[in-house]
Amino acid sequence: MIWNEEFETLPREQLEILQLKRLKDLVERSYYRVKPYREKMDEAGIKPEHIKSLADLQKLPFTTKDFLRDNYPFGLFTVPLDQVVRVHASSGTTGKPTVVGYTKRDIETWAEVMARALACGGVHRGDVVHNAYGYGLFTGGLGAHYGAEKLGATVVPISGGQTKRQIMIMQDFRSTVLLATPSYALNIADTMADMGVDSSKLSLRVGIFGAEPWSDNMREEVEKKLGLKAIDIYGLSEIIGPGVSMECIEAQHGLHIFEDHFMPEIIDSDTGEVLPMGEEGELVFTTLTKQAFPLIRYRTKDITRLIAEPCVCGRTFVRMEKITGRTDDMLIIRGVNVFPTQVEHVLMGVEGVEPHYQIIVNREGSMDTMEVQVEVSEQLFSDEVKNLENLSKRIQAEIKDLIGSTCKITLVEPKTIQRSEGKAKRVIDNRNL
Amino acid sequence: MKVDQLAVFLENKSGRLAAITKALSDNSINIRALSVADTADFGILRLIVDDTDKATRVLKEGGFTVGKTDVIAVEVADKPGGLARVLSVLHEAGLNVEYMYAFVEKSAENAVLIFRFDDPDIAITILQNAGIRILTGQEVRSI
Ligand SMILES: [Zn+2]
Repeated sequence: MIWNEEFETLPREQLEILQLKRLKDLVERSYYRVKPYREKMDEAGIKPEHIKSLADLQKLPFTTKDFLRDNYPFGLFTVPLDQVVRVHASSGTTGKPTVVGYTKRDIETWAEVMARALACGGVHRGDVVHNAYGYGLFTGGLGAHYGAEKLGATVVPISGGQTKRQIMIMQDFRSTVLLATPSYALNIADTMADMGVDSSKLSLRVGIFGAEPWSDNMREEVEKKLGLKAIDIYGLSEIIGPGVSMECIEAQHGLHIFEDHFMPEIIDSDTGEVLPMGEEGELVFTTLTKQAFPLIRYRTKDITRLIAEPCVCGRTFVRMEKITGRTDDMLIIRGVNVFPTQVEHVLMGVEGVEPHYQIIVNREGSMDTMEVQVEVSEQLFSDEVKNLENLSKRIQAEIKDLIGSTCKITLVEPKTIQRSEGKAKRVIDNRNL
Repeated sequence: MKVDQLAVFLENKSGRLAAITKALSDNSINIRALSVADTADFGILRLIVDDTDKATRVLKEGGFTVGKTDVIAVEVADKPGGLARVLSVLHEAGLNVEYMYAFVEKSAENAVLIFRFDDPDIAITILQNAGIRILTGQEVRSI
């Protein structure tokens, strides 16, 4: 179902007229109301009146996470604090978090795009939505919550953790939709297996999974284990939270970006140059309608490409391919770029390998070493040494095919790799780079 | 004529073997025979116990990866040449031994050899035709 037929199927020419109008307004607001933005644009020699077409967006300077940190906590808000009805913050792994603010209308916009996203993933009124995204400063829980309510679904605001209890509640409430990070969805599936609860005892139909990159092989695994259709959702707190883009259940290929609110660009992350349609690079967003905390050309560090071809679902919004990784997560091992999702893809392709893995990077002398820890499931296990050794060698060879360098495969006992209740920690990098 | 053997995956870190034997003894399960195959990276514990099903359950609950395999137990006199004779029979028949281990019966003067073959049924026929005594699961469990 299309939640907002009028906007989601807007012909491209009309969409662009709307985008330009909103872009002009955004640049004006940012320039005149926020000193750091004004300084940045002055430095680049750009004035709001220079924005005459959508192509002029490229003249504007990028916004980076560092710029947000420099203006911590409220320095980039374009409205007085008495108009900000909520703040969220992303957990910075180092130092201060990134703070984002919302006016009353921003909260409504967020609920709107999130309702669109859920509808896009096949959720509708009458669904019981088990929302296992974390509630709190993280945008996942509340963002999904407001959207599901707007859609008219029944929301179970369970948040993360207490997995056994979650399973009981999903059973008792006959939840039809699960919202979670993909790694937590797997944790739920494994806990179900431990409890002897078969997916047929649950009523789940759709899983809306996001907030971390995951491979297509992982998708198959979760779909099989939980007996549902797994749909990818994308968002980041800086832009609004979940609901920036969403895979449609019809195509399950590429995530429609809600372009009337969020304008995407793909750039070469080294040169900053905008790449032609269809090429892979870093995703950049400009928030066209956000009031309290708008962003101009924000570099997400997520790697993807845009798909301009029309979609079977009827939406006219451009699609972005499933995120393959983040420039942040990208490991450079002996000069080769490696994304954890690539390793995941290999592992999931080996029959019997559990979707729990960890990558450990060390530096021995001047040499980078990569170790991949894989849990030995019953299906993989053998009483013969050579079979396990062959398994290690096979995984090692497939990873080498993909990334060109040899890694060490360590087989570990089941359930020794830490289970996720939110975002999974896939990489331990012990190098001091 | 086949004997149930349990195999348990051992991560290469200290205390894992002790954890297994403790889990078994806490549940009054007796180990009849045991062997560890060790590599630089991991180990495989193979053991024969008096109650295979219970041991499987206990170890799985303890979070271990457990597999069950058929092995063959052969009894030979505990004196020089006992093992050599069995091995030469197997060799002449062209049978490949995946692995083996041995233990000595506490009451008698006999040794028990545990063999793992790709095809245990053919091995049984060959050993029996050569007049070698094969122990049943019941016999091994009650040693
Ligand atoms: Zn579509």
